[in-house]
This record gives sequence, C-alpha cells and structure tokens, in this order.
Amino acid sequence: MDAQESVRIANNAVDLEGRKLVMDTMDEYGVEEALRLRESGQQAEIIAVGVGPARLEDVLRTALAMGADRAILVEADSALDPIALSAVMAQIARDESAEIILCGGQQSDWDSQALGAATAERLGWPQVTWTRALKVDGTTVSGQHDTDEGVESFQVELPVIITTQQGLNEPRYPTLPNIMKAKKKEIRKDALRSYSVEPMVKTTGVAAQSRQRLMKIMDGKDKLAAAAQLVHSLRNEAQVIQ
Amino acid sequence: MILLVTSHANGKLAKASYELAGAARASGREGPITALVLGSGVAAVAAEAARIADQVLVADHPGLSHYDPEVWSAAVAQVAQEGEAHTILIAGSRGGREYSPRVAVKLNAPLLEDAMSLHDSAGKLIAERLSFLNRVSETIEASGPVVVVSVKPGVFAPAAVSDTMADQFDVDLELPHARVKVTDRIKEKSDRVPLTEADVVVAGGRGVGSPQGFTTLVVGLADQLGAAVGATRAVVDAGWRPYAEQVGQTGKTVQPKAYFAIGISGAVQHLSGMNRSKCIVAINKDADAPIFKFADYGIVGDVQEIVPALIEQLRR
Repeated sequence: MDAQESVRIANNAVDLEGRKLVMDTMDEYGVEEALRLRESGQQAEIIAVGVGPARLEDVLRTALAMGADRAILVEADSALDPIALSAVMAQIARDESAEIILCGGQQSDWDSQALGAATAERLGWPQVTWTRALKVDGTTVSGQHDTDEGVESFQVELPVIITTQQGLNEPRYPTLPNIMKAKKKEIRKDALRSYSVEPMVKTTGVAAQSRQRLMKIMDGKDKLAAAAQLVHSLRNEAQVIQ
Repeated sequence: MILLVTSHANGKLAKASYELAGAARASGREGPITALVLGSGVAAVAAEAARIADQVLVADHPGLSHYDPEVWSAAVAQVAQEGEAHTILIAGSRGGREYSPRVAVKLNAPLLEDAMSLHDSAGKLIAERLSFLNRVSETIEASGPVVVVSVKPGVFAPAAVSDTMADQFDVDLELPHARVKVTDRIKEKSDRVPLTEADVVVAGGRGVGSPQGFTTLVVGLADQLGAAVGATRAVVDAGWRPYAEQVGQTGKTVQPKAYFAIGISGAVQHLSGMNRSKCIVAINKDADAPIFKFADYGIVGDVQEIVPALIEQLRR
C-alpha cells in the first residue's frame, strides 16, 4: 500500500479496497540495482516477481517500465506469512534458474525482514542483508552492508540473495517511451494454489495503532515565552526531562 | 524445552538476552528455559546466562568467533533438534531477524517475527506485532510442535538474576563454513548514549538548513539534554549526518520518553521509527507540517530562533 495512504481496518484486516498499491520503496532499490548491474556489463534477464491481488499488475508494470524484461504475478487473495511465501519465491527462482535475487530489506506493509533470508535458506544460498553498495565481477559479488555493530565489506560467490535498502542507489523514474514499451512486455499470471503452500502463521486480530497525542501547539512569535512554556510543560506536566 | 539464543558483546551478556528470559517466563510455555551461548571464549557469558536460565548449553568454538547468518542458523537448528526444543526465542536485532527465518525453514516451523508479547493458549503460541510501518497492531498465532520467535528488543521486562547458577553443558556442533567473506568491519563509534537506549532523543530534518545548523541546533540541544542525536533520511542522504543516526523505516526505531523533532516535516517513513515515543515535541516553521498531528507539544516558528531560546531556557 502507498505509505501516504491512511490505514483503515475492516473485517479484522487492513482494508486495501480502493487503496493505492505501489511498489515498496525498498523494492525500488532492488529493481534499480538489477538494471545497474546489467548496465555495468552483466548479461542477464531481469524478472520482476510479485505476490498479491490481481491489481498488483500495475506495480509490476512499473518495474517493467523501469527496465525489467518480464514479470510473474502470483495471484493471492490474502497475505501469506514470509516463511510460507518463501517457498513460492524459491520455486520461481529454481524454475527460472535465477542467479541473484534482490529483495527489499523490510516490506513496509508487513514490517517483515524475513522473506529474503527464508528464501535463501530454501535455496541453500547465502544471503547478505541491508546492502548499501554492490558490485558483481564475473561470479563474485562484493559490496558493503549494515549490521548491528556498523558496516561490513563483504565478498560472496553467486548465487546469492541480496536485500536492498535506501542508500544503495537512486531509483529512476520510468520515461514515457518506456512506459509505452512496458505495456507490451509479458506478465505471466499464476494462481497461488498451483504452488501448494499453506500459511504457517494465522492473523487473528488487527487494530489500528494510534496513540492520542496532546497536540498542544504554541505560536512561536514570542520565542522566549514559547520556550519557557515548553520547558515548563515538559518538566512538570509530561515529566519527561530533568 | 524453551531455547533462548543469547547474544553478547565484549564478554558480557546483552540486555536483549535478559529480555528473552523474561519473555520465556511470561509466555507460559512449559519446559525448562535453556540458554544457548554461541561464541569463542565465552565462559564468562555462560556464567551470566546461568543466572537467568534453568540450564545453559555452551558452544565454545573458534568457528563462532564472528556472527554469520548461515553458521548461526545451522547451530541453533541443530541444538533445537537434538534438544527437542518446542520454542526457540531469538533477539530481534538486525542479525537476529536475518538468521531466525533460516532457523524456521530448517525446522519447518512457523516464525513469529518481531514479537512484542507472547502467551501460550492451549499449545498455540500467540504474539502481538506491529505492521504497516508501525501503524497497525496484529495478533498472530502459530500452532504445531515447534515455533521460532524473534523478540522485539526493549519491550519485555528483563528476567530477574538468580543467586544460584544453573548447570552448564558443553555442546559439540557441526558447523558449516561461512560463505560470505567479511573483508572489513567498521564499527559505529559514538561517545553519546546509544540512540535506541536513550531516554531523550533530539532529531533534526532538512528544516535546520545546513550541516552547521544541525550541529548548532540539534547537537546543541542534545548536549544540553544529555540526549542522543537522530536524523531524518533526507539529512542522511544529503550527507550532513552519518547513517547510524537515521531514525525511520530504513534507519533505527526508537521509543524514548521524549523525542524532539527539529525542522522535521513528518513523513510517514520517519514517523514509523519514532511514533511510539512517550512524548513527541515538534518545532517547525510550517504550521501545516504533518508532524504537529503526531506531537504532544509543539512550537510553530523558525528553528533558528526557537531552539537557541530553548537551550537558553534549559540552562537556567
């Protein structure tokens, strides 16, 4: 869902009806990076893969307009947990003989970081998460990625799963001629049931998470009075500073 | 048994490990709470773990001197299988969240990711977690004989430290070779209180005008408050501040007692990193900036004017 859209709950789920679906920003870095790897001389076909409702087709068209060669849409009515979903991804990767998979570091709808790692495990591939710089030289992949402690430089052989994030590159906007061209590119549509996966985690409740804020907003024309009032409120009313 | 995978740094058990033990006890799952210590030269860590668990398994091995997701997931899955663990708890740090899915796949088990609460209900394990950029709270459940959980840091109360030490057992593991070769490590260095542990965070956006403005206003106010410094993505992208300070979807998630947003408009990706703060204070010249809808206190005005006045007021 477009992050600018507000969250609505209906029938114990986040209601996506009428909400704009866009490519996850973290995935945009992945599409862009795939295009850059090819532009740097790698011979490769770039396939965009999405799992979700039929109208996810628009999102895949964006990937095609950016420059991906073709797309696969696995149509699913409801969300699958990432461990189950990774079985779909692994099967597609095997069928397509993929050598590198770029996957968003954290899906913004599910706030999940699990899909890349789980897919790597199913394929028996190594993984590098939170990548901020990437280079492919022959079959050797190198770059930098973020860890809990700081930044690591790494080197690994293909095949590999790389999870992408902000800072890796600046994703391009599709140009009009490329948008036109993308309309002719192939999007294969599969039904989720053809992958015979079952959800492993059940969602039993969903609630909008909103904290009521005080919204005591002051005019700062008299800066000294406003600063004094703010300090007083934070010390005595909220009691959050010394 | 319940298996806790402890983490440690500089020869000390991490705070997150105490929280895992707290989560295990709060969950109501049956069986001994078993702490797993993975590393090289970890006797002191194992002794600490022996005060929060019912038993400790120690894999002290040169091959475990540095964390690697494939090595860690192989080690944890092997111990879980041999020990017949039904619940595996892993701290939801960046590392924990990248190797726990591999453990789940190896054990053909469901993963409860980034859990903020845990309780057993007739053998099902039920958790709450956040989704949609921290805007939705979901209740999720996993059934089946084995469940893997990554536990959100900073949420569960740490377990009490016992006077008596639990038994420690050495375990032999067959470890795979790490395939990702680490050629260099750059550690984040900061003299300040860590962003994710600070009681007060002062964060700045493009509205502070320049790198110099950031230093004077944001760092200046943080110094006055003994606070950690945070930045928006725009500020980090512009090269004004290091990525380590970034708060938001692609940066760190913080929930301090007080969060000061200086010259920050309030993009949803930024809000997702700080919207669980106890008290949010916004200073921005644009009265229509979205940040004011998420603020407890705010001042509409020029940050160049207001922030120095605020620092002056705090000095008194």
